[in-house]
Amino acid sequence: MSTSVAERRNAVAAHRKNSLHRQRLWALWGSYAALSVFVVMFLVPPFYTLMTSLKSSAEISAQTGSPWLVQHPTLENFWYLITYPNFQRYYMNSIIVTLLTVSVSMVISILAAFSLSRMGFWGSQTLSTGVFLTYLVPPSLLFIPLFQIIGSLGLINNFWCLVLLYPTLAVPFCTWIMIGYFSSIPRELDEAALIDGAGYLQMLWKIFIPVAMPGIIAATIFAFTVSWGAFLYPLAYLYTSNQMVLTVGIISDLIRGDVFQWGKIMAACLLASLPPIVIYAFLMDYYVAGLTAGSTKG
Amino acid sequence: MAEVSVRKVVKEYDGGVLAVKGIDLDIADHEFVVLVGPSGCGKSTTLRMIAGLEEITSGEIWIDGDVVNDVPPRDRDIAMVFQNYALYPHMSVFDNMAFGLKLRKFPKDEIKRRVDDAARILDIVPLLERKPRALSGGQRQRVAMGRAIVRNPKVFLFDEPLSNLDAKLRVQMRTEIKKVHQTVRTTTVYVTHDQIEAMTLADRVVVMNHGIIEQVGTPNDLYHHPATRFVAGFIGSPAMNFMPCRVQDGANGGLDVRVSDSITVPIPPARLDRYGKFKGKNMVLGLRPEHLFEYHEQGKPGWSRVDMLVDVVEPMGMETMVHYFVDGAAICARVDPATHAAPGEMMPLTADLNQMHLMDADTGKVV
Repeated sequence: MSTSVAERRNAVAAHRKNSLHRQRLWALWGSYAALSVFVVMFLVPPFYTLMTSLKSSAEISAQTGSPWLVQHPTLENFWYLITYPNFQRYYMNSIIVTLLTVSVSMVISILAAFSLSRMGFWGSQTLSTGVFLTYLVPPSLLFIPLFQIIGSLGLINNFWCLVLLYPTLAVPFCTWIMIGYFSSIPRELDEAALIDGAGYLQMLWKIFIPVAMPGIIAATIFAFTVSWGAFLYPLAYLYTSNQMVLTVGIISDLIRGDVFQWGKIMAACLLASLPPIVIYAFLMDYYVAGLTAGSTKG
Repeated sequence: MAEVSVRKVVKEYDGGVLAVKGIDLDIADHEFVVLVGPSGCGKSTTLRMIAGLEEITSGEIWIDGDVVNDVPPRDRDIAMVFQNYALYPHMSVFDNMAFGLKLRKFPKDEIKRRVDDAARILDIVPLLERKPRALSGGQRQRVAMGRAIVRNPKVFLFDEPLSNLDAKLRVQMRTEIKKVHQTVRTTTVYVTHDQIEAMTLADRVVVMNHGIIEQVGTPNDLYHHPATRFVAGFIGSPAMNFMPCRVQDGANGGLDVRVSDSITVPIPPARLDRYGKFKGKNMVLGLRPEHLFEYHEQGKPGWSRVDMLVDVVEPMGMETMVHYFVDGAAICARVDPATHAAPGEMMPLTADLNQMHLMDADTGKVV
């Protein structure tokens, strides 16, 4: 009698286990299918870019064979760009603008976020909401009034205007991320630091910045992306090649009239994508951790 | 080291919430004072005001002869140990302990000497290179104490430092804290809601409730001579038994305490003068569980027999707690573990009325 009860129990347990196993399997298959669609959608354009960049102009215009495959791979497009002085100039301008934008944005964001999240002054709550609201104003609405401001400063067709403008896009969101991150740091840490003898700036420098490093890296990556990939402002405010940055320079230099130099354009896109890829690859873990912390505690 | 004085200190938060209602407290040099009370009684606020982490609405706080109302925390020469340790997570144990000294620009060899000394006192020398995340709760709390000790401040402030530890570790750390105080003798203000912690650590205990100080005294004072019903009930575990009662005339010109129809006990002659004037008034009889024990034929003066219906029996090894209900009041007796008490049975008990407390039912004051 007791044996049969035990057997039945074992059978029920085994059935439950199998059923769970099956459910998990279905869930996994579903995830893989959805992710595969996602991966294909997002990886096809870069793949096509890579294939085209490895083709000569003759092979691109010949239109024979599959456009997805390269018959006679060549690096001539890359070599052309690497040795092309204008492209070097665009690259250098982009690097300078981005480095300065990131630095300026991060200094402002960290100081703003620290004071808004920790110093508890009158109106700090409203101000932090206001900071986020500015992020919601689309850049395309701003570029006409900003044109007047930049014009009055005499910075039209000068890439330094981007160093002034990009932080207006980066600072609100970076500040928002940092407010969330700083708020997740226990308040006792400030109090311990105050009692240990730290002033507010020492507390920020020696405690908050090291502890909030994942959040700072996430915000830095965001500021970098905003600056490196921005298209509208350089298109509106810059027009000579010595001031141009990569995003607009590639288009304006490699499309002449109705002649599109597809191989070079694609190679330029890949070369322009290198810094973000490298940065994301190294800092992705921090980026995710930073965004998560900000989202739960903001 | 220093004296600390809190004079008529009030703390009112935005919205008119009065957390501390004008308290006065003097803490002597080298003294270990524990602020104890239930959540929201104002004990932590008081400590934080002494630390300078909360502004004072009115009143004065003195440390070592100076009013420190407007002095920032870093200039008060105090050190604080927090409930959740508040260790800097990116620094090693050594750096955590040295942080305050580095900010104060102490020479490197002096910092090392002080950190090593504190680490030896707290037995954390092998942990100095570790990060806080690699430490257990007890070790973290030791490091937090180390951070306070190295500064050699005028006053130590502890804000419920053991609340995050498990019961066993809490007892162990309690002893450690007492040992450290015996070694360094720094004036200490310690906040806890655990009355056992308060009793075992303190030179004097300050019992707070609803933003006021109910009573200040040595642990024994508070236990044996509580000033109010709140203190009587808060100090001691299990808590003192309270029974609504009335004082009435007894035999031979004496006085009785009538608790219920079935329980009337005579007041010991030594207390007749004290309690005579409360004849006929509604009072509350307070008796600690250890003063209610199994009945013995050979009694002593002041011992009275009471019979109660057993509700629950809790054997605890070295003693047994027996619970009863008398007219709706829960009563607990601490009896010999060999007791034969069983739920649902009447049990004869001895009440040692020499240890009784009588309280005014309206004001809660012990009379």
